[in-house]
Amino acid sequence: MIRTKKIRNLFATPYLSWAIIFIIVPLVMVIWYGFTDSDGALTFANIASIARPEFMKSLGLSLLLSLISTVLCLIIAYPLCMILTEKKAGKAGVVILLFILPMWMNTLLRTMAWQTILEKTGILNTFLNFIHLPSIYIINKPQAIIIGMVYNFLPYMVLPLYTALSRIDDNVINAARDLGANKFQTFLHVTLPLSIPGIISGITMVFIPALTTFVLSQMLGGNKILLIGNIIEQEFTQAYDWHLGSGLSIILMVFIIINMVVEAAFDKSDEQ
Amino acid sequence: MGERVKEMKKTLSIIITVIIAVAAITACGSSDKTAESTTGSSDNQLYVYNWGEYIDPEVITMFEEETGINVVYDEYETNEIMYPKVAAGASRYDCICPSDYMIRKMIQNDLLQPLDWSRLPNATANIGKTYMEQSETFDPGNKYSIPYCWGTVGILYNTTMVDEPVDSWNILWDPKYKDNILMQDSVRDAFMIPLIMNGDSVNTTDPDELNDALLKLEEQKPLVQAYVIDEVRDKMISGESALGVIFSGEALYTAEENENLDYAIPKEGTNVWIDSWVIPKNAEHVDNAYTFLNYLARAEIAKMNFDYIYYPTPNTAAWELLDDDMKYNSIAFPDLTQYDNLQTYTYLGEDMDKTYDNLWIKLKSY
Amino acid sequence: MSRFLKKLYVVLIVIFMYAPIAVMIVQSFNQSKSRGHWTGFTLEWYISLFSDESIMAALRNTLTIALLSSLIATAISLLACLAIRQMTKNTRTVVMGITNIPMLNADIVTGISMMLLFLSMGIKFGYGSILIAHITFNIPYVILNIMPRLNSLDNSCFEAARDLGASPVYAFFHVVLPDLMPGVMSGMLMAFTMSIDDFIITHFTKGAGVDTLSTKIYTEVRKGIKPEMYALSTLIFGAILILLLLLNFTKNGSRKKNKTGTNAPSIFEIAP
Repeated sequence: MIRTKKIRNLFATPYLSWAIIFIIVPLVMVIWYGFTDSDGALTFANIASIARPEFMKSLGLSLLLSLISTVLCLIIAYPLCMILTEKKAGKAGVVILLFILPMWMNTLLRTMAWQTILEKTGILNTFLNFIHLPSIYIINKPQAIIIGMVYNFLPYMVLPLYTALSRIDDNVINAARDLGANKFQTFLHVTLPLSIPGIISGITMVFIPALTTFVLSQMLGGNKILLIGNIIEQEFTQAYDWHLGSGLSIILMVFIIINMVVEAAFDKSDEQ
Repeated sequence: MGERVKEMKKTLSIIITVIIAVAAITACGSSDKTAESTTGSSDNQLYVYNWGEYIDPEVITMFEEETGINVVYDEYETNEIMYPKVAAGASRYDCICPSDYMIRKMIQNDLLQPLDWSRLPNATANIGKTYMEQSETFDPGNKYSIPYCWGTVGILYNTTMVDEPVDSWNILWDPKYKDNILMQDSVRDAFMIPLIMNGDSVNTTDPDELNDALLKLEEQKPLVQAYVIDEVRDKMISGESALGVIFSGEALYTAEENENLDYAIPKEGTNVWIDSWVIPKNAEHVDNAYTFLNYLARAEIAKMNFDYIYYPTPNTAAWELLDDDMKYNSIAFPDLTQYDNLQTYTYLGEDMDKTYDNLWIKLKSY
Repeated sequence: MSRFLKKLYVVLIVIFMYAPIAVMIVQSFNQSKSRGHWTGFTLEWYISLFSDESIMAALRNTLTIALLSSLIATAISLLACLAIRQMTKNTRTVVMGITNIPMLNADIVTGISMMLLFLSMGIKFGYGSILIAHITFNIPYVILNIMPRLNSLDNSCFEAARDLGASPVYAFFHVVLPDLMPGVMSGMLMAFTMSIDDFIITHFTKGAGVDTLSTKIYTEVRKGIKPEMYALSTLIFGAILILLLLLNFTKNGSRKKNKTGTNAPSIFEIAP
């Protein structure tokens, strides 16, 4: 559409200059802060600090919780999406609508509402006591954080997965059935492989936000549970140690990059 | 193609109409005095940074009406959250209300400007001499701060859930109250308790003593329901927890909302604190700051404030205006001579701050 | 039997998604301020909501920032997409890579990196800093919505218009843009949603006295949520519900079966 290089460059300039100033430079700054100390000298201390037992513990816990949540999201979302693809488009659309609607409500408030539900004197326990069952105490424990993560990120798993599953041509399924495969075999050898791009996409969109959250652990963990996101947030807003905070962020970015590479690898193989 | 375009335009116009409608409604609902702080410095404004639930909103409204100054009011939860915001200079506030040790830190880091007391006649007249003297421990010569509130730290307990006398910090380590204990989510207030229990100074820099304190806190952690700040009030009122560490002002407020709540200062001792107003060096509306601070020091205003926030006021003129039973209320205006081992925090220096931060993270990730 | 199970599964998940929202709606009518105790029905929170200056200001900021940032991001992205289309493969890969960064990066890293940037540039934090940050993370979403659309566009209509004597600008606005509209719309809508719900990035880039709904809720949560917040959320929920229903019905008019023969609901095109 654009015929000359000059115009192309002209159009590209606003975005590229914006990207350089507000995406590239800030990241460079984080990296710079991460590799220097308060005197400006080059150091690996900030990165190496991840080896501190309390940081390792926190990173480990974050990884554990986010992995569990991601797997739970996948397990819950997959059957749901399969059921939805079987429905007529209209009905499926309604359910998808029902899914999207909560995403438009404020995340913090919805998470806050879980506190109300899970509290000791909260709604869940009031209900349980009413039917003469004992109370459940999962608030301010990792379990509550997992519930929060699954709740917040389930739609991000459902949407790509549903897109991928609904794109699978019925004819392919029918062909497999015609060739003699039973339902389970069809699923294992046709549906599942074809849905992998959706699975990967979903995992990518759930794992990283879950790994790096600090709001969920504050609200549902009673400030007792420190995730890596909390530590980084605290280093910046309380301890005022930007170098340490940036160092830890760089560690986080390693995970993010791994995530990106895995997704890119699956993308490539998908194209082939 | 035309169909799609029309459809798109229709949906787009619906959305934009709705947004404009909402924006219009919200604009109508407000007066035209809201703060849009893209420039900020030219208008008649005042940027105040204070603790949460630490002023009567009515006081601000009355101040705005009387002076025509538009008050932009931000809140913070702990001194440690307030400091980076001010030190980094990203947000320029005109008056801030830090605690004693934090004021010392800010003075040493050259973040405050000296006060011109001639512009604060109400404060000079009304703030009690004892509090001014007390302030000299962190603000020699009273050069930078005006006392606003003072108080103690103690245990708030629900008499229907706690049947034994509450007179020692030990009760917070009692397994009987597992998941029924609320601690303050603030590093010095949390460490103060085991340090006092161990008979150490709350300002110790001895690594062994600090480590002992940490061990004690780790021992307690499984029993703690949550580390909270202002949330402690709601949770105690609703009976979500039986015990909570709070500041004395909150005791009166919560007791009013739930008559089963009582406050005790443990016999081992506790922290006594003062929060004072300061004006940062990079304040942009210094004149308005003086007007505001002088206004707060008025006897009737200070009394009005006290009636709302219930934190003991150092304003003796305001104290005179109170009812007798409030004047001598042991929670609001305790006779400090009755208690042993009341300690005030001091600023321990940059390195010690880092040590404390590390210990705090160790505890939280335990 | 299995049809019943499937329905049950879907229903359970929907209940899970809506439990907190139901709690919030009920709580907005609760006379008692403390959660978990119902003391009576009241509309007073809805009334006091509109006279609560700080909440209204936060709402205003949220809406205007979302609108402005999505509009500006769309403008920049549109130009960028046109330019990217003309780039050589290698340049395009690099540029698209940069585009992906804010989307794949953890919010917390984006937030602190922008905070560091603004501090070093001496930019005073406030409405402007939030706006810049929102534009930055909005642009990728818009680009990624427009690019596929642009790529699948047939150039011949545009060329035909040019041959018939139209100027490039005229041809663009009357031939290309209408075709791009679905992509532009969904991109802008996605940017708008991302901006409205954002908390973490706003948390790090906001200044004195400027709050968005998310940051306001965050401070409120720590103190004990004002019931006016629940009232506001209920109203927003109602508004979004109505909007989505309207959108769904207007889209129903021209929904086409997509290429694979399945019928993925077009509601997808506006999924956040």
